[in-house]
Amino acid sequence: MATDSAMANTQENLWEGGKSPFKASYGKLMMWYFLLSDAFTFAGFLIAYGALRFSSDIWPTPDFVFSTAPFGIEHAPLIFVTFMTFVLIASSVTMVRAVQEGQQENKNGVVFWLFMTILGGLTFLGSQAWEWTNLIAHEGVTVTTNPFSRHTDAGVYLSGEELLAAGFVEVPVAMHGAEHHGEAVAEHGDEHAAAEAASAVYYLPKGAADIPENRYFVKANHHGEVLAGEAFEPGDNYLITYNHATHLYETSAYKTADGSIKKEAFGPKTFGALFFFITGFHGFHVFSGVLFLLIIAINAMSGLYVERRNGYEMVEKVGLYWHFVDLVWVFVFLVFYLL
Amino acid sequence: MAHLTYEEGKKLAMKGLGILAVVTLAEVFIALIGNGHLIEGFRLARWVMYPAMILLSMYKAYFIIYNFMHLGFEVKSLRLSVLLPTTLLIWAIIAFLQEGYTWGERRHDLNKEKIEMSRQAPPQSEGAVHE
Repeated sequence: MATDSAMANTQENLWEGGKSPFKASYGKLMMWYFLLSDAFTFAGFLIAYGALRFSSDIWPTPDFVFSTAPFGIEHAPLIFVTFMTFVLIASSVTMVRAVQEGQQENKNGVVFWLFMTILGGLTFLGSQAWEWTNLIAHEGVTVTTNPFSRHTDAGVYLSGEELLAAGFVEVPVAMHGAEHHGEAVAEHGDEHAAAEAASAVYYLPKGAADIPENRYFVKANHHGEVLAGEAFEPGDNYLITYNHATHLYETSAYKTADGSIKKEAFGPKTFGALFFFITGFHGFHVFSGVLFLLIIAINAMSGLYVERRNGYEMVEKVGLYWHFVDLVWVFVFLVFYLL
Repeated sequence: MAHLTYEEGKKLAMKGLGILAVVTLAEVFIALIGNGHLIEGFRLARWVMYPAMILLSMYKAYFIIYNFMHLGFEVKSLRLSVLLPTTLLIWAIIAFLQEGYTWGERRHDLNKEKIEMSRQAPPQSEGAVHE
């Protein structure tokens, strides 16, 4: 009898819990394992990016692609994304402060620092929204079209006269609702739109069908400045101008050293798809993180965690998630913007 | 933060802000100077830039995981249960980048074949016409 009860005792000790070899609560431990699995998901995406990039001859360089910032700032490579990175780092630090105040059972401190963290998260999301808008609506990058690429040969951009002299035929762009556009220009005196309307012409090789593959444009940037005569070297970056008035990608004509006339080719298709998918997946994490933080902040305000008396462990758990979002950004920043 | 007092923790948070900001600036600096944006005509070789940026990012990741996420203050078995599985990624990175490179080579070969076939095609069709 004595031995039986002793056995029951040891079994109880083993299976009844109470001993925690990891000295961490169940919730915290499971957050760690969720983050581990999420790390593998992100690693899978980033490795896919690497594999596809390694399989391409040409890849646009990030300091050329990401060189615009709000308020009309151009030619400022990586500056805006550096700002975004700082915002995320700062929000990670405010999160650390929230956890520390929680351990002090300081309700007001927790709520204050949680709201600072939410503010950082929202600023990051807003910046990302601007970045996406600029890439999609302004520069014409989509999931299937990538106007960013690099020259494979040396050459000079051609003017309209040079193209006509080489036997090309001038074709006016058939603009959908062109009259309305013209009226808008006349009414508002929009110089930008006027410049775009002026360049609404392209050139076809004699006898060639009028399909996008045969259209040669004169190089102009999105301000409407004509860049014909500009020379470039192999490896130089270019952006095929997306014309907002005509909704056409202006694949510009250039002459190579041996005298043949070519036009700008689109960049690797996967670039846009990978960028939007991976930064979008990260942005979605930030978005859900902001929601979690908001819920925890409201709970903390209501005094829910005061009653639990566990040093605001819920804040610690959401903190782990928030730091992980920052951690993922370290690698997204590395592969998309630095390498 | 089990082994840190409140004051030490506060200090670590501010130190973290400084370290992460400085390391990020260093990375951006390497990217800009390496791509010739800061000094006219001066560029860094890829094999200098890339490893430097990767190492700095690894340091940032280490700092966030160990100090902000407190993994450095957890017991060793928990630390290993989280960190050891990630070593699988080392092989995944090597394998998939190698694979990607091979796709590129294969595409080159296919393009070459295509060009050669298009060069050979005209005489064959001419022969067919004469028959």
